Amino acid sequence: MEMRSPLSRARGLGSTGDGYGHWWLERMSAIALVPLTLWFAWAMTGLVGADLAALKAWAGRGQNAVLLILMISAGLHHWSMGLTVVLEDYVHAEKIRVGAIITVKLAAVLLAALNIFAVLKLVFGS
Amino acid sequence: MVEFNLPANSKITQGKTFKAGPDATNIRKFKIYRWDPDTDDLPRVDTYEVDLDRCGPMVLDALIKIKNEMDSTLTFRRSCREGVCGSCAFNIDGTNTLACTKAISDISGDVKIYPLPHLPVVKDLVPDLTLPYAQYKSIEPWLQADTPAPTRERLQSVEEREKLDGLWECILCFCCQTSCPSYWWNGDRYLGPAILLQSYRWIADSRDEATGKRLDSLNDPFRLYRCHTIMNCTNTCPKHLNPGLAIAEIKKSIAARQ
Repeated sequence: MEMRSPLSRARGLGSTGDGYGHWWLERMSAIALVPLTLWFAWAMTGLVGADLAALKAWAGRGQNAVLLILMISAGLHHWSMGLTVVLEDYVHAEKIRVGAIITVKLAAVLLAALNIFAVLKLVFGS
Repeated sequence: MVEFNLPANSKITQGKTFKAGPDATNIRKFKIYRWDPDTDDLPRVDTYEVDLDRCGPMVLDALIKIKNEMDSTLTFRRSCREGVCGSCAFNIDGTNTLACTKAISDISGDVKIYPLPHLPVVKDLVPDLTLPYAQYKSIEPWLQADTPAPTRERLQSVEEREKLDGLWECILCFCCQTSCPSYWWNGDRYLGPAILLQSYRWIADSRDEATGKRLDSLNDPFRLYRCHTIMNCTNTCPKHLNPGLAIAEIKKSIAARQ
């Protein structure tokens, strides 16, 4: 039985004082992804039909490897932040929501590590 | 997970039809949501045939005519009948608006009237506004200043006063609040467009000295940042205000002080 006053319910646990950071990073990563995605699409169309040696030569150029790593980082960061908001919006069973958010964040870190490792292997691998 | 099963009383049945008199010349059907907490019946939609030749031009005129002449059990809030009090806010023809300023002639076909969405219903068209009112109270909607009150009024320039235009006109009808999907899904934690517009009304007020405290209180992933700029609020506001812009201004203020 809920005996708390309406004002107590409205105030809840109080303000986290920390909503801005997530909001700002989500937008900054979105803006960064516009040129990065266009560059990636443009670069991939130039590599259609290329063999592994040509791909290694392309990635071996410093700016390409850096841009690839930036796109992977910004993309997965944006993906995990956006999905967190979607889960917070729509999943109201607390245990499932918290579990899903933790899974998404860990998956983003794992995917980023794997992707960046793959880029480094293209650049430095034998 | 996401709730796929509808809560109790979500299924709406077909109700009674109240026919117009035999001398009616210009009949329009009003389909109105009815629910009585004193019975176990599901909600229903009753149909009232209203003779528009013997009725005022606004939806509220028809509601009052129905209550006076056809069915006195129909329950709804109304007061000023001129768009100032915010009492007669309903979902009319699929959009939240004020019955007193919505012309019947602007609606084609049957006139469908439901309570404001996603609030508990007290009875018929009366929603329970306890939570929005408590949320309004939680933002401390009054002028806060440490500077002692002057002997006369606290002054502000013409330009400072102009910053309150588009904010002070809000009548707290909660049309915007209850049109917002973010408020539907997380209304217990998200303050909603009406309360955030009212918050900005005090943040933008040059005489208020609690701006930082107000922004501290709003800097929260749910209270403010649950707004996803869907803009239903601005589209539905019967006073033609822009809660979406007020929310953006709050976000800009928080960004500016980083």
